[in-house]
Amino acid sequence: MSSHEFISAATLPHLKPGDWLTLLLGSICVVLLALRLWSGDLADKAVIRSGGKIFREVPLSHDQQIEVPGPLGVSVISIQNRKVRIASDPSPRQYCVRQGWLQQAGEIALCLPNQVSVELAGSRKKYDSLNY
Amino acid sequence: MTASTTKKQERGARIEERGETATPNKSHPSILNPQSSILLNTTAEDHHIARMAAVALGLTVLENAIPSPLPGVKPGLANIVTLIVLARYGLRAAAWVSLLRVVAGSLLFGSFLAPGFFLSLSGAVLSLLVLAFAQHLPPRWFGPVSHSIYAAFAHIAGQMLVVYLWLIPHAGIAYLIPVFAAAALVFGTVNGLIAARFMDTGTETLSTKNTNVTK
Repeated sequence: MSSHEFISAATLPHLKPGDWLTLLLGSICVVLLALRLWSGDLADKAVIRSGGKIFREVPLSHDQQIEVPGPLGVSVISIQNRKVRIASDPSPRQYCVRQGWLQQAGEIALCLPNQVSVELAGSRKKYDSLNY
Repeated sequence: MTASTTKKQERGARIEERGETATPNKSHPSILNPQSSILLNTTAEDHHIARMAAVALGLTVLENAIPSPLPGVKPGLANIVTLIVLARYGLRAAAWVSLLRVVAGSLLFGSFLAPGFFLSLSGAVLSLLVLAFAQHLPPRWFGPVSHSIYAAFAHIAGQMLVVYLWLIPHAGIAYLIPVFAAAALVFGTVNGLIAARFMDTGTETLSTKNTNVTK
């Protein structure tokens, strides 16, 4: 008995029609998840907001440091190698600083206490659960 | 852990049986009178659950010895036992076996109440919840393979939920979800097939079938 015959003899009698349906649904699920979660395109600009209004939109093509004033002080956003991070922020818990480098379109770092945010935008606008 | 409990329970039951039939020995009244000592009254079902949990525990130990390319991707062989118990003895017994396996396994590996314990607990609880619904699927169309796949997806969902809500509250873990989902699909199918193979002849016991497979 070849290994292929053995495998089909071991599996086929145990797969009922509904099991094939489940397998199909599961595979579709995996493929959709992969497409949905791995499709992040590279960003080409950073949208910086302060107090809910757009402060600046900067291209990622050249490295720079941007100082954004907020109610608590100045947040420093740095752009380097087409990546963006919040380099320093006066917020007490430093969540947005600890988030590190943002690279893909749709990624966002929020410094809520200082009302500063930086969001990466790609060539096409992606929807998420917040703005859908 | 569970193995020793099983032994104790069996011994207790044996003493009880003897206590009913034999006359009490006057020199050792405490041994032959089980009602006076600290002894759990166990039923045959309890013994069966303990035995199945011990098998599941053995599979857990076995699979921990298998190196994994990615932490968190495991075959979940113990779920084969859960599936068989679910099909033969119902959801209550399956829940006992699954949860006993999680608790005793964590005691064995020294991870009781550590993050890893809560990960397996959340996975086990969520897959039991899904199995509670999946077992009512029409058996003409859906077999253990379907149950196994649904349970595997629920397992991974429960774990990701705990990881996201508690351990790593960062959207970056979303990049790992397709990997885990694919692993759940593959291992869920394989476990379901193994469980189905064990179940297709109901007369043979688990241990004899085990030896058949290893041949």
